[in-house]
Amino acid sequence: MVALVEGRPPAADRDRLDGARPPRARRRPAAWWALTPFAVYVLLFLAVPCVVALGTGFVTGDGRPSLSALAALGEPLVLRAFGSSALVSGITAVVGAVVGAVVCWGLTALRSDGLVRSLVDSAASVLAQFGGVMLAFAFTATIGIQGVVTQLLLTRLGVDVFAGGVWFYQVPGLLLPYVYFQVPLMVITFMPAVTGLKPQWQEAVATLGGTRREHLLRVVVPVLAPAFVGSVLLLFANAFSSYATAAALISQGAQIVPLQIRAALVSETVLGRENVAGVLALGMVVVMVVLMTLYSLLQRRTERWQR
Amino acid sequence: MTPTRPLAAAAALTVLALGLAGCTAADAAGADAASGTAATATSAEDLGGMDALIAAAEAEGELNVIALPDTWANYGKIIDAFEAEYDITVNSDSPDVSSAEEITAAENLAGQDTAPDVFDLGSAVTLANLDQFAKYKVATWDDIADDHKDADGAWVHDYTGLMSVGYDADAVPEPGTLDDLLGSEYRGKVAINGDPTQAGAAAAAVQWAALQDGGSADDVSAGVSWFGELADAGNFLPTDPTPATIASGETPVVFDWSYNNLAAAADAGGRDWRTAVLPGTALGSYYNQAVNVDAPHPAAARLWQEFIMSDEAQNLYLAAGAYPVRLAAMTEAGTVDQGALDAVGEQPADTVQLTTEQTEAASALLAGTWAQAIG
Amino acid sequence: MTRRRGAPGTALRKAVLAVVGAVFAVPIAAMVAFSLRSADGTGHDLGHWTALAAPENERAYRSLVEGVTNSLVLAAVTAVLVLVLLVPTMVVVHLRYPALVRPLEFVCLVPVTVPAIVLVVGLAPVYSVVSRVAGSGAWTLALAYGVTVLPYAHRAVQADLAATDLRTLTEAARTLGSGGVATLLHVVVPSLRRGLLAAAFITVAVVLGEYTIASLLNRVTLQTSLVQVSRSDPFAAVILALLALLLAFLLLAVVGRVGSAGAGRPVLPGRDVAATAPAPARKALS
Repeated sequence: MVALVEGRPPAADRDRLDGARPPRARRRPAAWWALTPFAVYVLLFLAVPCVVALGTGFVTGDGRPSLSALAALGEPLVLRAFGSSALVSGITAVVGAVVGAVVCWGLTALRSDGLVRSLVDSAASVLAQFGGVMLAFAFTATIGIQGVVTQLLLTRLGVDVFAGGVWFYQVPGLLLPYVYFQVPLMVITFMPAVTGLKPQWQEAVATLGGTRREHLLRVVVPVLAPAFVGSVLLLFANAFSSYATAAALISQGAQIVPLQIRAALVSETVLGRENVAGVLALGMVVVMVVLMTLYSLLQRRTERWQR
Repeated sequence: MTPTRPLAAAAALTVLALGLAGCTAADAAGADAASGTAATATSAEDLGGMDALIAAAEAEGELNVIALPDTWANYGKIIDAFEAEYDITVNSDSPDVSSAEEITAAENLAGQDTAPDVFDLGSAVTLANLDQFAKYKVATWDDIADDHKDADGAWVHDYTGLMSVGYDADAVPEPGTLDDLLGSEYRGKVAINGDPTQAGAAAAAVQWAALQDGGSADDVSAGVSWFGELADAGNFLPTDPTPATIASGETPVVFDWSYNNLAAAADAGGRDWRTAVLPGTALGSYYNQAVNVDAPHPAAARLWQEFIMSDEAQNLYLAAGAYPVRLAAMTEAGTVDQGALDAVGEQPADTVQLTTEQTEAASALLAGTWAQAIG
Repeated sequence: MTRRRGAPGTALRKAVLAVVGAVFAVPIAAMVAFSLRSADGTGHDLGHWTALAAPENERAYRSLVEGVTNSLVLAAVTAVLVLVLLVPTMVVVHLRYPALVRPLEFVCLVPVTVPAIVLVVGLAPVYSVVSRVAGSGAWTLALAYGVTVLPYAHRAVQADLAATDLRTLTEAARTLGSGGVATLLHVVVPSLRRGLLAAAFITVAVVLGEYTIASLLNRVTLQTSLVQVSRSDPFAAVILALLALLLAFLLLAVVGRVGSAGAGRPVLPGRDVAATAPAPARKALS
């Protein structure tokens, strides 16, 4: 199919048989208006909320500019929340990446245009991006106190999962649902890199007298490494910014940053902390920007091998 | 193609949009003019008496309430009684939100006809948002003691409960004292209604523990450390108790207001749910009734105030186990529901209520130490 | 192709897939088993499923009905909004302002970096203005949802756009005398049908699953009413969560089978290389 050719005027403009001026020059000014609805929309509902969200961290309750709210970033509670968020995100990103990579490897055995493969893709999309609250319910039904698996383990095997305390409604309870959506996300993001491994390289290695092991270590790993690391970063960012699952599961305490934002917005006992929500938002955005920048840098390296 | 056609389309759209905006503004203005007097009335007399108020309210036809769960202090029955008595439909919105979210909803929906008309708020949120309230004094204003109302009528206490421990008598033994709950029979079973750094009922649970365990209203750190002990013993359950978790047996012991625990008994799916107000210092906390200064249905809002402070609603509060603010006056006048009062028991004379300063100090302490205490 | 000795064969890979698939099916199966629990806790029956339709529970489930209705309306409005706003913009940029392709992509990817929980902190003041102008119905959330959906919709349409020779088609239409809007409607839209359909379906799936903005702006949608219902009836919540997941899965499966190149992929910065590369069946690690 036609490759992405951008920026060249169509030949038709230059080759009008009647020699008249290309209509394009006359039409050009009229096209700007087509972009304004979208521009206005994005301005109102993306730019303004972003600026407001990040800006509330820089004003006091009365609206005067001040850096005092930024001090909240140094509070031990907030630092601990960032730490917990980072820990949960890190663990689930690594676990999700490893399991996801294995699944990608397994998926290469299926026909890429087959039914099973497309069903797997759809299931991965649903779980990775649209689960949220529903995953919280799924896991409550599985290993909540009244969950099916909990009860099974208790009655059939006598194993009480919660013998050491109910960990499900605290941060450790987030790990399982998060891994559940991290693995599909890994499959979605890493699969293009895996399918980009050309069989010709394996043949070339064989021709040059190399073994499978050398192919693996000298070709596959270096080629896939940027994609893998990039995907880990993406998974980390995904878990770090997740709110719905945690909000549905955790009601006692605000141990991760999105829940801290919620607490700052809706608490009825500790009042006047709406500016803290802005500061926390700022902190989150800084982390996300760093992660996504690193990711896009790695993505450029990955793409080299997919051309 | 000339640019005039799209410009014409844009112009037409703009005119349409402005027209629509104008229409809605005109509607709003019209509505305001009709109930303009109700929006500024500070008592029923300003409108020409109770009958005039009822007529104006029924003309509005609707009332928006927020954060009133049916099982909280009998609000389900109170709403039903209000609808039965007056020709007004009550729209009960977002029953599970916090007091702070009630104010946020009022701010976000200001000027809309879905904005809340009346509030039922915890004291901290009430005192922080006085400009949001319209001043109104109900007919029974004089029955209420001065420290239970705002001098100008911005807010008035409506009911209070006592902090209590609800428990499933089939699953756990009756706790006689607070420290009984540290025993091994309560392993992984004790929950509180919310997060103390966010929810008033949970903060009150910690304050009560402080009062029971050697602390005072000025310093609730004893409560925080008691809950820390509870967590260390493995008895603390970091789950939000809901009617569902009580019925399923997930949360066999719950710290909550007495009226909530009493209501849970009815909904407990066959479990023998009992409420224990432990001996020793009792803790109460009045909730506050207020009218939204931007209420879309100002007459109905004020009629609701009158209804809440009337004998009928106050007795319904009592039937749920909550002590209405006019209890003393009603007992004197003989209009109190004696059966309900006998069932619930007399209001303890030494109920502690935290003052504003004490509440603020407690909140600050909780914000700083709660998360660490329960690990 | 010769089998190399010791190569992990297709059978091993399929076995791995089967194992992982089984593990991932456990929570779904648990949801089904949980919903089939009989009321007294012993045995299984359809009691909770039939209770959803029982008239005596109508009051309890009223908020659910409201949530589902609102979500469906929201999904439709958001899909229309995004398609009407985004597609003409993308087409115009693709055809007329190629220099803006990257900036447009960047703008559409900002919602990936700025998560919903951050956006909602800034949306509250915007929405108090919106409420004054357009009322406070749940459908007004479509304006915020359009933004959260931008990355996915842009991705879906961009993939189709890249694979279609739109320039030739529009030039042909123009030389035949078609005006701008007519070209859009009669030439561009039919050519991009797959991408538009994919974008629409993904929008619906995202809107149905969105919780953060709806809950913190106090609107009633499917997800917020699910959370509210779960406090009093976890079984109804689990059943509806199951049905919603199934619906989203069906939507995306249809999109996947219809064959749009960009469908179902998440949004990532960087060029959509996989969509533009030819895709014969590959055996990359044989």
